[in-house]
Amino acid sequence: MATQHSRSAARLMMAPAVVLLLGWMLIPLSMTLFFSFKKYLPLRGDSMANGLEWVGFANYARFVGSSAFWPSVQATLVIVGGVLVITVVLGVLLALLLNQPMWGQGVVRILVIAPFFVMPTVSALVWKNMFMDPTNGLLAYLWKFFGAEPIAWLSQASLPSLIMIVSWQWLPFATLILLTAIQSLDGEQLEAAEMDGAPSIKRFWFIVLPHLSRAITIVILIQTIFLLAIFAEIFVTTGGAFGTKTLSYLIFQRVLESQNVGLGSAGGVYAIILANIVAIFLMRIVGKNLDA
Amino acid sequence: MARSVTQNRKIINTSAAWAVGLLIFFPILWTILTSFKTEAQAISDPPVFLAFDWTLENYGAVMERSNYARFLWNSIVIAGGSTILGIIIAVPAAWSMAFVPSKRTKDILLWMLSTKMLPAVGVLYPIYLLFIKLGLLDTKFGLTIVLMLINLPIIVWMLYTYFKEIPGEILEAARMDGASLKEEVLYVLTPMAIPGIASTLLLNVILAWNEAFWTLNLTAAKAAPLTAFIASYSSPEGLFYAKLSAASTMAIAPILILGWFSQKQLVSGLTFGAVK
Amino acid sequence: MYLKASLGAATAMALVMGSGAIADTITIATVNNGDMIRMQGYTDDFTAKTGHEVEWVTLEENVLRQRVTTDISTKGGAFDIMTIGMYETPIWGANGWLVPLDGLSEEYDVDDILPAMRAGLSHDGTLYAAPFYGESSMVMYRKDLMEKAGLEMPDAPTWEFIREAAAAMTDRDNEINGICLRGKAGWGEGGAFITVTGNSFGARWFDEDWNAQFDQPEWADALNFFVGMMEESGPPGYATNGFNENLSLFQQGKCGMWIDATVAASFVTNPEDSTVADQVGFALAPNTGLGKNANWLWAWALAIPAGSQKVDAAQEFLEWATSKDYIELVAANEGWANVPPGARTSLYANPEYQAVPFAQMTLDSINAADPQNPTVKPVPYVGVQFVAIPEFAGIATEVSQEFSAVYAGQQTVEEALEKAQALTNDAMEAAGYR
Repeated sequence: MATQHSRSAARLMMAPAVVLLLGWMLIPLSMTLFFSFKKYLPLRGDSMANGLEWVGFANYARFVGSSAFWPSVQATLVIVGGVLVITVVLGVLLALLLNQPMWGQGVVRILVIAPFFVMPTVSALVWKNMFMDPTNGLLAYLWKFFGAEPIAWLSQASLPSLIMIVSWQWLPFATLILLTAIQSLDGEQLEAAEMDGAPSIKRFWFIVLPHLSRAITIVILIQTIFLLAIFAEIFVTTGGAFGTKTLSYLIFQRVLESQNVGLGSAGGVYAIILANIVAIFLMRIVGKNLDA
Repeated sequence: MARSVTQNRKIINTSAAWAVGLLIFFPILWTILTSFKTEAQAISDPPVFLAFDWTLENYGAVMERSNYARFLWNSIVIAGGSTILGIIIAVPAAWSMAFVPSKRTKDILLWMLSTKMLPAVGVLYPIYLLFIKLGLLDTKFGLTIVLMLINLPIIVWMLYTYFKEIPGEILEAARMDGASLKEEVLYVLTPMAIPGIASTLLLNVILAWNEAFWTLNLTAAKAAPLTAFIASYSSPEGLFYAKLSAASTMAIAPILILGWFSQKQLVSGLTFGAVK
Repeated sequence: MYLKASLGAATAMALVMGSGAIADTITIATVNNGDMIRMQGYTDDFTAKTGHEVEWVTLEENVLRQRVTTDISTKGGAFDIMTIGMYETPIWGANGWLVPLDGLSEEYDVDDILPAMRAGLSHDGTLYAAPFYGESSMVMYRKDLMEKAGLEMPDAPTWEFIREAAAAMTDRDNEINGICLRGKAGWGEGGAFITVTGNSFGARWFDEDWNAQFDQPEWADALNFFVGMMEESGPPGYATNGFNENLSLFQQGKCGMWIDATVAASFVTNPEDSTVADQVGFALAPNTGLGKNANWLWAWALAIPAGSQKVDAAQEFLEWATSKDYIELVAANEGWANVPPGARTSLYANPEYQAVPFAQMTLDSINAADPQNPTVKPVPYVGVQFVAIPEFAGIATEVSQEFSAVYAGQQTVEEALEKAQALTNDAMEAAGYR
């Protein structure tokens, strides 16, 4: 079907997007690589104009050698993993629920997707101050109402709190995609299974879940891309304290708080490597579902 | 008998769904309610839900302090502009991937997504230096370009999955009738893809609206959108829950309203090819 | 609308002609503290006087710092005036990034700036930033609760007394915490507080050869004391409390004592925001008898980046905002208690200001801080609650995160000090000090 003519036309049409993204990737990437081999301390007067000193792999060694490195990789994986599990599991349940006949389905759907429209900064501020504050937060009142000691959420349960805030933001996205997928499920097949007397657990496990696998794949893929980069939520709530320092937050600390651009750039290279490992891992596991 | 069973089930479903929906929505509702309280009522113990003296004074205070209209306008221009620009660039690319696929199409698509994994903080200095060189610092144009590039992979992918579902026979028929490539894309494909384009557009407006790293770090006064507006309310002195709530409500209201009005379009296309 | 606009333009034009200068629009980055927000409200007065327009970029402290540091170190030129602190000013001045303020006008009276502030905002004797307001730290306490506990606050209390008083005032059932202090991570938050506490216990960040000193007993004493006292009498979750959180607690009447910035005095005595406005007393920050009080020295100051294209207009604004006239403008409209404090000698000589209850204690506190000799033992650095080297902000933020983890009960004092010692030495090595 595809002629030689349409092939070259296709290349031409793809060109702008590919060239732009290639530039967007290569220019910063090559500059990051360049900086990562240099001593670049802007506050000490180092600048591009004065020429930067070549330090080999010193930045790479120092970044990994720091006591904060491995905990930050761990925190990153815990947050990404935690949010994925919560949003996918709750998303499936919520999608099943919303797919049932009910009154006011449209309004409920609006309520459920609303958090997705909220800026990460705003949601972090609202959760931190109005809900998780141990003195004036709503959760503290709730705890006191039931006679319990209020919890200092962001220090005593920092990672779970953070996972909760981020999950709240991403649950709507997962629910929506999964709901659309469920709605496309062949009703007759389900009814037939029901006639055969298959219990609902079995129907879910053998008919619904396989049907959803593709949608779940997509939810995991897209969310991982965004979750690896979460920043505002940590910046606003804990500022990286109490074990919530992710890899991207550690890079932020090196680049902006310590003003060590070389060291931070080396960290950036590590983060790219980690992101690609996660991506390859994901593709291997779920890529079969995704015959793009 | 059977009827009453389904009726009962419907009641149970409805109440369960509403309970969950309200629970998920509650933080937003609470923020909106708090924005109408006085600072003292905002932290009163026990908390008051509706029975307080509604006041607009927090909105007044926020309006007096910040040039909300400008932040809002910048957000609209940047989010809207980057999305439209992105779609203009992405439609041809997605079209060629969907209808003239090659062995490398899948690789190209995944590579595009992988560009999103570059950690933003790691490249702040390079991009900042580049922006200074090009004179793009604190310009809506510069920010529009950056946000377009950030979201381009998602746009291409969404459009691609949507285009793929359009049967190729229709295009072939158009070609038989002597339609040129341009006509094919413009008059045959695009109308069929309108729902997909609409939901792509909406999703990306939301993503661009909420982007808080580049919009904050590459702007000063002229091009600063609502993410910068909220950064001036995050920890003022003393009691501030009510004012914070008012500022938060003002920052999210436009996109929330847009999202609600267009949720049908958003939902119909937000499949990323998940439905077969 | 049109008429109004053209009238405005005409007035501006007339003013420009009158002063013979060109009307510019300057961009100012500032922090969202109350005094700066108030200053924004008076922008019209500046525009009327000079014809220059002002664009404000108001950001929360951490965001501001990250934003202006990126801009100045890349010579971005996004701002004509930056609001910076006593930590940044000497470092940036030394790098040649700031316009030296040696051409200030006669009426401005630069010699009126408090000597401590002027010294802290200078490098090699040249002033690089003009103080908008200055502060030290002091004890703010509730007279009624103190009386109820049967105690009397001395003018210069010891830490032991503070701890006893805190325990005596604490009333958990009524949600009254004897003492509220900063525990929040960040070098300018909890990091600043524990550093001055350390100073009063005889601890120091570095010895004369830039070796970290967290392995010394003074640090263990200071940290153990702090944690012990806060567990007895502090609010729940104090590990995430910073200035704003504590201010809010104190205003709600939930703290017996609060040791923090002297500028807070005007907020806690303002009956509009504070439920305890008429019950607040003041005292010098505590000591342990070693000769150093636990009080810091800080100023929020206006500086002009060397890359600015509008230096003249910027300097006009800087003079306006930090002038005696500005102080009087605020005093006339909002009362003397609300003027920006801690910057000018003449303010403290003004009898009307002396009537403000916290004026004298603020001045005494400022004078009690000595950035040149901040610690009991000698140190190679300048700065009280910070060390004026570029690496400090990064190091101290990480160190204070380790300490905050202690406050949250996630690790012991020993573990935190050990980590602090290692990471400080590591960072100093990376920067080439050791």
